[in-house]
Amino acid sequence: MSASRDDFVIAIRSAFLKKDNRQKFSLFTLLVISCLILSLEYFKSGPIDKFRSVTKDIIYRGSHVVSLPFKLTSDVYVKIQDHMNMFNDYKLLKEKEYNISSLENDLKFYKSENKKLKKFINEEPLLEGEYVIAKVLIDKESPYIKSLIINKGFESGIEKGMAALDRSYMIGKVVETNYLSSRILLINDLNSKIPVIVEPDNIKAILNGSGSDYGLLEYLPKNDTVDNGNIVYTSGSDGVFLPGIPIGKVEVINGIKNVKFFSDLTQLDFVKIRYIKRGQN
Amino acid sequence: MPDKSKKFYKYILNSFPVFLLFILVFTGFDLSIIYYNLNISFNFVYILIFFWVLKKPEIIGFGLIFLSGIINDVILNFPIGLSSISYLILCVMASLLRNRTLIPNLLYDWVFFFLSILIVNSTNYILQTLIFSSDISYESLMSNTIYTSLVYPIFAKIFNKINIYNLREENA
Repeated sequence: MSASRDDFVIAIRSAFLKKDNRQKFSLFTLLVISCLILSLEYFKSGPIDKFRSVTKDIIYRGSHVVSLPFKLTSDVYVKIQDHMNMFNDYKLLKEKEYNISSLENDLKFYKSENKKLKKFINEEPLLEGEYVIAKVLIDKESPYIKSLIINKGFESGIEKGMAALDRSYMIGKVVETNYLSSRILLINDLNSKIPVIVEPDNIKAILNGSGSDYGLLEYLPKNDTVDNGNIVYTSGSDGVFLPGIPIGKVEVINGIKNVKFFSDLTQLDFVKIRYIKRGQN
Repeated sequence: MPDKSKKFYKYILNSFPVFLLFILVFTGFDLSIIYYNLNISFNFVYILIFFWVLKKPEIIGFGLIFLSGIINDVILNFPIGLSSISYLILCVMASLLRNRTLIPNLLYDWVFFFLSILIVNSTNYILQTLIFSSDISYESLMSNTIYTSLVYPIFAKIFNKINIYNLREENA
């Protein structure tokens, strides 16, 4: 019994401390170094942060280069799928009756009315703000994380908390900035929580990421009137985002209020980052 | 010339696990299959590290495993050092099994691999939720652990074939 325990202790000691053939470090040394590096996460400024930022920039660029063949393959696959579905899409569009000129006139009218009303309440027009367009370097979509790495960092004036848009739709916010790159946390990430309003009844709620391709409406008032087809916008009550950025449409499934996003978060090549003007919010 | 090409071929064969490891961490590769609302995802890196540390530790250096953990953390936005700790704990478990094994047995390796990734993922979960206050889906983590351990024998067989082929080439 005692000999077996001794054997086990020797095996553990050997696993931690023994350097095998061609091994330069023991596992114990590397574990200690990892713990030290992990503890450096508490330093969010100063030279450690600068070093971290440069390291991340290098790794992101490296990852972009390594991922290029895989991205190319997936792009080709998406293109082939689009071609295959083209005929069905064409048939679907043909079946729908659109009176485009009438819709265009309506749109012009609503746009001018909206402009007048915004001027009346002194609100800055949403779409006329300052933007920077950035290319997506890496899109990381796994059950644990939904984020994008873009090729612009604080050198281009990007700061944490800025809103990321696809066309005019909200897709996430900047959560990390390096010198030449930034990370955008997508709205479907588990850690994403955005204050929103649901129109037409102006109901306030929190949009939680689900880790899947939809969002969940939470903290709704009792007896709310949220229903299928209601539109979800940013409320701006967090003081980070401007109010009124469209996010998605409500889909009620088994009593759970899901939000289907307007933007396809898996097919992003370029994103718009909206600058925050100091004193604006 | 044939000697040179043979050397190069041997080099490629020997470096295959390291290349694969770095491609996996640089691309943040995660194979997820969605089947009837069931998200099936595997962690190939765990399988790769465990198998090669168990069978041929000299092929992947611990330093390289540590470095791959750092890259993985940056790509997946984890606190830097977390994946390195996970991978190194897996190495410790594999080394322990290696030291205690007289006759290799796939079933024994498989059970030990399941226990190892349970320990690794538990450590990961505790560190992320208690120290870094990150929101992690516990169900996703557990399902990932189960699916990863389920596919281990398939990849162990494939890697074993490569290992045997490699040994044959070395002894030729």
